[in-house]
Amino acid sequence: MLKYFAKRLVLGLVTIWFIASATFFGMHAVPGDPLAGDKAVTAQIRANLAAKYGLDKPLGTQYLIYLGNIAKGDFGISYTQENRRVNDIIREHFPISATLGILAIVFAGLGGVLWGALTALYRNRWPDVVIMFLVILGISVPSFVVAAISQWSLVGLNVAAGTTVLPIGGWGSVWHMLVPALVLGLSTMAYLTRLMRSSMLEVVSTDYIRTAKAKGLPATQIFSRHQLRNAILPVITVLGPAIAGITTGGFVVEIVFAIPGLGRYFVQAIQQLDYTVIMGTTVFYGAFLVFMVILVDLLYGLVDPRVRVDQ
Amino acid sequence: MLALTKNTSPNRQLAKFFIIAFAGVAALMLTLHYAGRALSGGSSDVSAVDEAANSISILLRDEPPQLDSSRATDAISGMVLGHVMEGLVRMGLDSRLEGAVAKDWEVTPTTATFWLRDNAKWNDGQPVTAADFIFAWQTALKPETASEYAFLLFAIKKAEAVNKGELPSSALGVNAPDPYTLVIELERPVPFFDKMLVFPTFYPIREDFYAATNGRFGADADQLLYNGPFQISRWVHGSSMTFERNPHFWNQDEIHLDTIHVPYITSDGTASLNFFKDGRIASTGLQAENLTEAMRMGWQIRQHRDGTVFFLEFNHRPERLTDNLNLRRAVQRVLDMEEMVYKVTKLPGYEPGVSLFPGWLMGVSAPLREEHPPQKVVPDLTAAKGYLAAAMQELNLTEPPELVLLAGDNPISNIQSEWVQQSLKAKLGIDVKIDKQIFKQRLAKMTSGDFDLVLAGWGPDYNDPLTFGDLFASWNKNNRGRYNSAALDALIEIAQTRLEPAVRMRAFGDIQQHLIENAVLLPMYERGVTYVVDPRIRQLKRRVIGPDPDVSRAYIDSSGE
Repeated sequence: MLKYFAKRLVLGLVTIWFIASATFFGMHAVPGDPLAGDKAVTAQIRANLAAKYGLDKPLGTQYLIYLGNIAKGDFGISYTQENRRVNDIIREHFPISATLGILAIVFAGLGGVLWGALTALYRNRWPDVVIMFLVILGISVPSFVVAAISQWSLVGLNVAAGTTVLPIGGWGSVWHMLVPALVLGLSTMAYLTRLMRSSMLEVVSTDYIRTAKAKGLPATQIFSRHQLRNAILPVITVLGPAIAGITTGGFVVEIVFAIPGLGRYFVQAIQQLDYTVIMGTTVFYGAFLVFMVILVDLLYGLVDPRVRVDQ
Repeated sequence: MLALTKNTSPNRQLAKFFIIAFAGVAALMLTLHYAGRALSGGSSDVSAVDEAANSISILLRDEPPQLDSSRATDAISGMVLGHVMEGLVRMGLDSRLEGAVAKDWEVTPTTATFWLRDNAKWNDGQPVTAADFIFAWQTALKPETASEYAFLLFAIKKAEAVNKGELPSSALGVNAPDPYTLVIELERPVPFFDKMLVFPTFYPIREDFYAATNGRFGADADQLLYNGPFQISRWVHGSSMTFERNPHFWNQDEIHLDTIHVPYITSDGTASLNFFKDGRIASTGLQAENLTEAMRMGWQIRQHRDGTVFFLEFNHRPERLTDNLNLRRAVQRVLDMEEMVYKVTKLPGYEPGVSLFPGWLMGVSAPLREEHPPQKVVPDLTAAKGYLAAAMQELNLTEPPELVLLAGDNPISNIQSEWVQQSLKAKLGIDVKIDKQIFKQRLAKMTSGDFDLVLAGWGPDYNDPLTFGDLFASWNKNNRGRYNSAALDALIEIAQTRLEPAVRMRAFGDIQQHLIENAVLLPMYERGVTYVVDPRIRQLKRRVIGPDPDVSRAYIDSSGE
C-alpha cells in the first residue's frame, strides 16, 4: 500500500512538472506583451519593467529560474497587482473558493445520490420523469443564467419579505454561501443523479441482487447493503475530478455573487497575460487536481474491497 | 403485498439517508460559518444609506490593482485615491479647479509656484509639506519605479532625463525654499500645468513612511499614509473596503459622511443592479436592457458622458493599402456613425462621433467644439464610389481590396465590427476580415502594425484639448497607425508651446480640420453611462477628470425633496 502510494506520489510530481512546463511555454507562445498597457510607454520604462520581472533574460534561463522558484514554493509577484505576491493571492483567496467548493460538492454528492436512487426506485413513474426533466435542465442551462436568476429571485424574496431573508451577494457568513454553493453544485448534482440512476438500474438486474432476493433477504438490506453500495462506485470515481473542477471553476458564480474567490483571479490573469498569476494558479490547481485523483483512488479501496492495491 | 414492502422499505432507507444528510450538511455549514469568518473578514451586510451611522455604500467594478499613486494608472485606483488623498489642486463640485493642499498658485512660462496651506495634515497628524510632493514626483520618475504615467511629469525641468536614468532624481527642477512653498521649473511653457496636477501621479508621498513599507507601499490599508478627506480603515482584497473620515483632514466643513463602505467588488452589471434593488448600494450603472425596468420602478435615471472617444483608426504605414487617402475617404463617406449609435448599438447616453475632440473640452470661453465646429461629414455613396475608383486606380487594383479590421472581444465591439464589415461590403464591395483579439494581443498587433483598421478609443489624462490633440503627432507612441504629417506636427507644436489661449484653440480647430480632411481616423462615438442614485444622497459627482464617481463631498438628506 505504502509502495503504491509512493509510486503515485512520484508520478503526481512528474505530472505537475509537466503541467508547469507546458503552461510556461504555452503562455510565452501566446502573442501579446504582458507589460503593455492602454497607454504606450517609452522604451526606457518598458526596459525597466522587463528587468523587474526578469523578462529581459533568455527564455531558457527564465524557465530554469522559474522551476527553481516553484521548487521553493515561490510564485513571484503579480504583473497586474504590482505589490502582491502570487502566494498571498492564493493563500487569501483559495480558502474562499475551497469553502464554497466543499459545500457545493456536498450538495451535489448528497443530492445526486438521493435523487439518483429515487429515480431508479420510481423508474418510469412520475417522480422519475419530473426529476429527470429537472436534471436535463440543470445540465443544459449555463451557470451564469442560473446564478443571475437565483440572485434575481433572492432580491424578489427580500423585497417581498421587507427584510433581508438571505444576502444576495458578498461573503462572510454561511448565509452568504448557501445559494452560491447550490448554484455552483447544480450541474454536478444533475450529472451525478443521472450517473447514480443508470448505475442503480444496472445493479438491480445483476445476479447477486437476484440471489439476495432468492435468499429472502429483507428489501431494506438488499437496497442498502447490495444495491446502493455497489451503485455508488462510479459516483465516487467522478467525485475527485468534480471537487477540483468545482473549486476551480467558480468564476461565474464568484463574479455574480461578488465572492472574493480565486476563480476570478485565475480567469482575469489569463485575459491580462499576468504571467506569474497564470503560472501560480495553474500549477496550484494542477497539483490540487493530481492530489484529488490520488485521494479518490485510495478511497476507492475503502469502499470496494475488490479494489485492493497491495497485491 | 410484496411490491408494497419492496417499495416502502427503500423509501424509509432514503428518508433516513435524507435526514442524516440534512443533519450532516447543517453541521458542515455551521463549521464553515465559523471557519469562514476566521479565514476571511467578509463583507458586512451594510445598507446603501445608513442615516444613524452617517454612512453610505458603493460598489467597485474591480479591485484597485494597487494604491501607490506614483504608479497607479487605472480608473478604479484613481477613484479610491481621489477619496483618500489630496493633491495641490482638485476639481471642485462645479468642475472648476480649486486649491486643495495649495491655497494659492501662479504659473508663468518658466516656473510654477505653489503656496501650501499650513494646516494640511497627514492622518498621523504631521503636516503635508513641499518635500512630500518633491519626493513623490522624484519617485515616479525613477527608472526603478517603472511608472507608466511618468510622462505626465515631463513638463518639469530635467524630468525626462531623470526618467531615462541620465540624471539622478535630485536633479529634478523642483525645490522648496521653505516647507510651504513649492517652486517648479518648467521644461517648456505649459499653459495648463496646474490642471495636470489633479492626476494621482502628482499626489504627495511622505519619504519616511514610503521607506518603512519596504516596497509594499499602497499594497494594503496600513501600507498607505493618507492626507485626503477619508482614510482606508479596512481593505479585504477582492472583497470589500471601508473608508473612514480622516480626523486630521484640514477641510472638515466640506466633508459630511463619516464612513463610505465598499461592501462588494464585482464587474457584473446585473449583480450591481440587484445590489441596488436590494438596498445594499447607493448607485448603480444601468445597461440598455434595464432601462424599462428602471423607469417602471420610478427611478430618476441620470446620464453622464465619461469623456472617452472611440474611433476607427487607419493604419498609415506605407506598405498598407489604408495609406491611400482616397481609400480612406471612401470608407469615411459610407460609414454613418449616427446609424451605428442610434440604430445598431442603441446604447443609452452614447453620442455619434464627429471629432477626435469630445464635446466637454473647453476652448477659450465656451466649449471648443462650439468655438471651432468640426466639419460635418455627410455620408454620400456616389462620392464614396468615386473615391474608391480613384484609390483602385492608384493602387493598381481590379477588385475592391480586402481589409483587416482589428477588434476587441467584447459584445459591443463585436456588434460594431460586424456593422463596419457589413456596411463596407454592401456599399463598396470591400471585404473586411475581422481579427478579434483579447486586450493584450490587440495591443501587440496595434503596436506592430498588423491591421488595416482598428477599433480604438482614447480617454483624457488632463483637462486640456492637448490630451487628445497630440495623439496623432509623429512622435507619439500612442499613434499606433503611425500617421506622419509635417503639417499636423507643426499645428501640434503651436498648441503645445504657445501661451495665448486663442492661438492654441485655433490650432486645435486646425488639427480637428486636418484629421477630418485627411480621414486620419473616423470618430465613432463618445461613450456615455446611464446610472441611478439613491434619492437620499446629494452631491454624488460624476466626473470626466478626477475620481469618478466622487462621493467625498456627498451627504444624506432624507427629506425627500
